[in-house]
Amino acid sequence: MGSLMYNIKQGFIQIFRNRGMSLASIFAIVAMLLILGLFFVITVNVNLFTEVVKQDYDQIEVYLLEETTNDQAKELMAQIKAKDGVTDVAYRTKDEALEILKQRWGESGYLLDSLGKNPLPASILITVDSLDNAEEVAAYAGSLPGVDDMLYYQETVEKLTKITDFLQIGALIIMAFLVVVSVIVVSNTVKLTVFARAKEIHIMKYVGATNWFIRGPFLAEGVIIGMLAALISSGLIALVYSKLVEAVGAQVLAIVGCPLISVGYMTTNMIIIFLALGVSIGAWGSIISMRRFLDT
Amino acid sequence: MITFDHVTKKYRTNIGLDDVSVHINKGDFVFLVGPSGAGKSTFIKLILKEINADEGTIRVGDFEVTALSNRMIPMFRRKVGTVFQDFRLLPKKTVFENVAFAMEVLHKSPRQIRKQVPQILSLVGISDKAHKYPDELSAGEQQRVAIARAIVNNPAVLIADEPTGNLDPDTAWEIMDLLDQINLRGTTIVMVTHAKDIVDRMKKRVIAIESGRIVRDEAGQYGYKGAE
Repeated sequence: MGSLMYNIKQGFIQIFRNRGMSLASIFAIVAMLLILGLFFVITVNVNLFTEVVKQDYDQIEVYLLEETTNDQAKELMAQIKAKDGVTDVAYRTKDEALEILKQRWGESGYLLDSLGKNPLPASILITVDSLDNAEEVAAYAGSLPGVDDMLYYQETVEKLTKITDFLQIGALIIMAFLVVVSVIVVSNTVKLTVFARAKEIHIMKYVGATNWFIRGPFLAEGVIIGMLAALISSGLIALVYSKLVEAVGAQVLAIVGCPLISVGYMTTNMIIIFLALGVSIGAWGSIISMRRFLDT
Repeated sequence: MITFDHVTKKYRTNIGLDDVSVHINKGDFVFLVGPSGAGKSTFIKLILKEINADEGTIRVGDFEVTALSNRMIPMFRRKVGTVFQDFRLLPKKTVFENVAFAMEVLHKSPRQIRKQVPQILSLVGISDKAHKYPDELSAGEQQRVAIARAIVNNPAVLIADEPTGNLDPDTAWEIMDLLDQINLRGTTIVMVTHAKDIVDRMKKRVIAIESGRIVRDEAGQYGYKGAE
């Protein structure tokens, strides 16, 4: 316990007395973490977006022929409901369809009032439990008598999934790459500090210091620098992200019908991830860079 | 205290020490002299186990240096104080911290450190400089700090590698007085030097090395004409 306190205290003293180099290391890690954070924010939000879209578009809309009666429609619904993978069926009348269209047109909705006759068909809305079943259900529903046409978004959703998968894999590769680069950058920065103090380390060995005794304060220094960098960068990202959510959040919601990840959730997770990253980058940076000075 | 038994150390192109056997008693004050490249540094480095001997055994106190494992080297070095021509102080630490560091290495308590460091600083005569950094001190004062650090843990042996090499004559004599006092307290001292006047006036045992061999071992004179 005493030696832990000793190392932490020595770590802080070293950071303060080598302010220039410490600051350089902190900036290097902050820069890396900021870029990492950008990808983190994008990945997490793309993830959420995909989930939301998948949920929204697991519906198949089956348009009925004009002459299909209510009884026939009920019969159709019962048949569809019996199918595997169908969780829900709902009936939408011609009037309801027109009402929905009016809402969607918003201020221009009054134009629809001039229509003499409602041109929209009645439809059955099928909800499937998973997108994988959608095609089969759609094919089945399309083959039933009294059905005119149908609409479902499988292709769109599949394309979207492909794009987001691609984005996520890309982001992961770039993030892994960045972690490697930041360990190299940091270990080089720390190596410079250690190199500047190679003489000191040599002197410490003359006095009879063990390797761990010499390493301790440097390790503490690396960990403290990593922690500071993690806090600074997650603070910066949280600030920018909260501004972003505040500014475009509402509009984005309206356009794609998808929310952004909440600032609180994002910040908590980012601080945890960044602290872990920062601390290990700092610790590894100092251990790696000290190795060759501790040989003799 | 220090025993070399048929010790040989070869380098790639020349010989460092060639079959050297010598014994230094506890409490001795010994000068190690000889021209540059004669093997004095090799002798010192072998004692500190900075380099390993090719043949022979070296004993320092209870330690058989030649058989020491890497893990034991720090333990051994704590028993040996070292002073160098270039002082080798930690530049980012104050005088107090430089001396305290040698005690921290031994896991001495902060209270013990606060008590003992001022005593040692006053012994070497730089009490008033405790909170200065090395680059704020004169050469002589820096060497005093180095000596304080070397003796703060009461080592049985003090190795001094040209401790007066960077000092003007008056300051050099002050440092020699200090080393003499430390020797009187029972510490064995091995000092490498080129300073003929110091060796001649101190009248201690003189070991002369040339081309890796001990060519003379007797009390008194430096014995080299024309040396620096």
